[in-house]
Amino acid sequence: MGLLDKEFNDGNIVITKTEDLLNWARLSSLWQLSFGLACCAIEMMAASASHYDLDRFGIIPRPTPRQADVIIISGTVTLKMASRVKRLYEQMPDPKYVVSMGSCSNSGGPYWNYGYHVLKGVDRVIPVDVYVPGCPPRPEALLEGLLKLQEKIRHEKLTKQTA
Amino acid sequence: MKTSEEIYNILKEKFGEEVILNFNTAEPIDAIIEVNPSKINEVSKFLRDSEELKFDTLMLLSGVDDANGTKVKDENEIETIQGGTLSVYYHCHSMEIGHKVTLRVSTPRENPQVQSVERIWRAADWHEREAFDMFGIKFLNHHDLRRILMPDDWGERYPLRKDYVDPEYYNGIKIPY
Ligand code: SF4
Repeated sequence: MGLLDKEFNDGNIVITKTEDLLNWARLSSLWQLSFGLACCAIEMMAASASHYDLDRFGIIPRPTPRQADVIIISGTVTLKMASRVKRLYEQMPDPKYVVSMGSCSNSGGPYWNYGYHVLKGVDRVIPVDVYVPGCPPRPEALLEGLLKLQEKIRHEKLTKQTA
Repeated sequence: MKTSEEIYNILKEKFGEEVILNFNTAEPIDAIIEVNPSKINEVSKFLRDSEELKFDTLMLLSGVDDANGTKVKDENEIETIQGGTLSVYYHCHSMEIGHKVTLRVSTPRENPQVQSVERIWRAADWHEREAFDMFGIKFLNHHDLRRILMPDDWGERYPLRKDYVDPEYYNGIKIPY
């Protein structure tokens, strides 16, 4: 049962654990760094637009890493871009999360063998929370990935550092 | 409108056999005029300015590794190519007259040097930088011959050469899968 349902059932008083409250707040307003890399970014934009409407999960694009909670690596990470991706990640405040979207950022994708310029998986430079497979993943798949991330955050422990 | 053969004859009359090396009709689509790499700038200028040719556009300039040298294996079974040539292809088009022509220059693999045509067709600027980036072909008199796609600290490695081998690491990042 979500926190809000409780409020409506039990009058105006909500009793909860700090952990749950923090997790609930975090997972309900995941601001994504508005940042796209390759063809997958087109699907990410489609997921943000009215038809799939990421906004209903509290996920909105934020054009600065200083105020973003999650970075969606949407596409091919070239070796030249890898250091920039890493820097963007480092500029985000904790707690921060990474969704790797599409085969390219999962493992190099179509360039896994002959791409002289492609990083074979973004997890070689930053830690990834959720991998979304596909080339490109449909917006539904990205949504599923983000819901999985919310699930992950819901079960976070204060005593155990994750990011 | 002129055919490639007529253009070849015009060029040969103007520049002679030293500069206009060969007329190659073996390729299925375009006949190719082979030009001396140290004179390609003069030929291009003539192509652009001549009243009867008026090649005002360079559609495309691309580097090619001909891989026609001898393949040598070192003790680690890594194959390199020695000798042979790298080529640059020029696809020119005349907007006004409507004819096209393809030129080629070939230059030795060990010291690839070609005159730049960047001052003649501005489109050649970035195309030459790309050919330099991918094949290491040096375009003489280019005003700004830097890498265009690969990182600046990539070193003396040219990824579209046929004997290119991925380095193990780039700035501490492992490259092979
Ligand atoms: S996974 Fe496919 S769609 Fe996504 S960036 Fe790579 S090539 Fe493009």
